[in-house]
Amino acid sequence: MVSGPSDGKKLPTPIKLLIAGGFGVGKTTMVGSVSEIKPLRTEETLTDRSIGVDDLSGVESKTTTTVAMDFGRISIGDDFVLYLFGTPGQERFWFVWDELARGALGAVVLADTRRLADCFPSVDYFERRGTPFIVAVNCFDDAPQYALDEVKLALNLGPDIPVLLCDARRRDSGKEVLIALVQHAYGRRPLAKV
Amino acid sequence: MNSDDSLYDEQVVRPYVMTRGRTEARAKLDLITLAVTVRPATGVEIGLDPEHLAIARLCRRPLSVAEIAAHLDLPAGTVRVLLGDLLHGGFIALQEPQPEVDVLDERMYRAVLDGLRAL
Ligand SMILES: Nc1nc2c(ncn2[C@@H]2O[C@H](COP(=O)(O)OP(=O)(O)O)[C@@H](O)[C@H]2O)c(=O)[nH]1
Ligand SMILES: [Mg+2]
Repeated sequence: MVSGPSDGKKLPTPIKLLIAGGFGVGKTTMVGSVSEIKPLRTEETLTDRSIGVDDLSGVESKTTTTVAMDFGRISIGDDFVLYLFGTPGQERFWFVWDELARGALGAVVLADTRRLADCFPSVDYFERRGTPFIVAVNCFDDAPQYALDEVKLALNLGPDIPVLLCDARRRDSGKEVLIALVQHAYGRRPLAKV
Repeated sequence: MNSDDSLYDEQVVRPYVMTRGRTEARAKLDLITLAVTVRPATGVEIGLDPEHLAIARLCRRPLSVAEIAAHLDLPAGTVRVLLGDLLHGGFIALQEPQPEVDVLDERMYRAVLDGLRAL
């Protein structure tokens, strides 16, 4: 199904990067600071058919969960286009994560030192799934300053997982984080491609 | 975003009407799959709704499923179904992401790193 537009020009290959982390950690801010478009919002809906436990009539009830994601875009010449998705870090949204993580090149887990535990579910998820990820500590002005090693310890990260400081509001900082992620993902790919 | 309640209701209901219950989309397109119009829809075609035409107009330049959904304020699932119709009718072409195994391609990493450094 890879066919180009009528002028014969090949379409760029889309690549997905994820920015995960707890509520208010700066995901949307980071997407916005590096994106070439104003961040857009899309929603994924899951309809779950289940029988209500407290419903003696046994009538099926349908619940719908909607998860909103902010995303941005970075064109890489004519050949590639990066899409960055800010993904909600709550475990109950794993159905969206599975969809997003499929084919993703890697993920940035954003952390806030005032609420480090908020990024546990994201770290667990990417570890389990084998998605390459790095941790970026967003430096809020009033947040306690930890050494990166302490953050690494607190998150129980493997020695090979890069941890860096960032300011999600600054484009050059966001850019640095993305470069670190792509480098990490590159180093993590299986060496032999047969 | 909506000060008008009736407008809000309409937006909640319409996606299902529009896709005539075809909410179980065909092959599930990724959110980053790109669509581009290869044959303009004039509006006289049978079986195309205004939303199909809106997508065909929007995709004169390649846009992802997620972008189409955001621009037209439709759920991504609805956009997938509409794109399936447009593809079936030969109006659009799709570019899907690299399969996961191909995310090993060295050239891709190099291009992406160079592109990011040049930002
Ligand atoms: N001081 C400071 N504030 C930030 C930083 N990053 C984000 N914020 C603010 O934190 C709030 C939440 O950020 P947002 O990007 O919406 O978080 P999200 O829920 O993860 O998408 C916003 O008011 C941002 O302006 C940062 O690096 N430093
Ligand atoms: Mg947000």
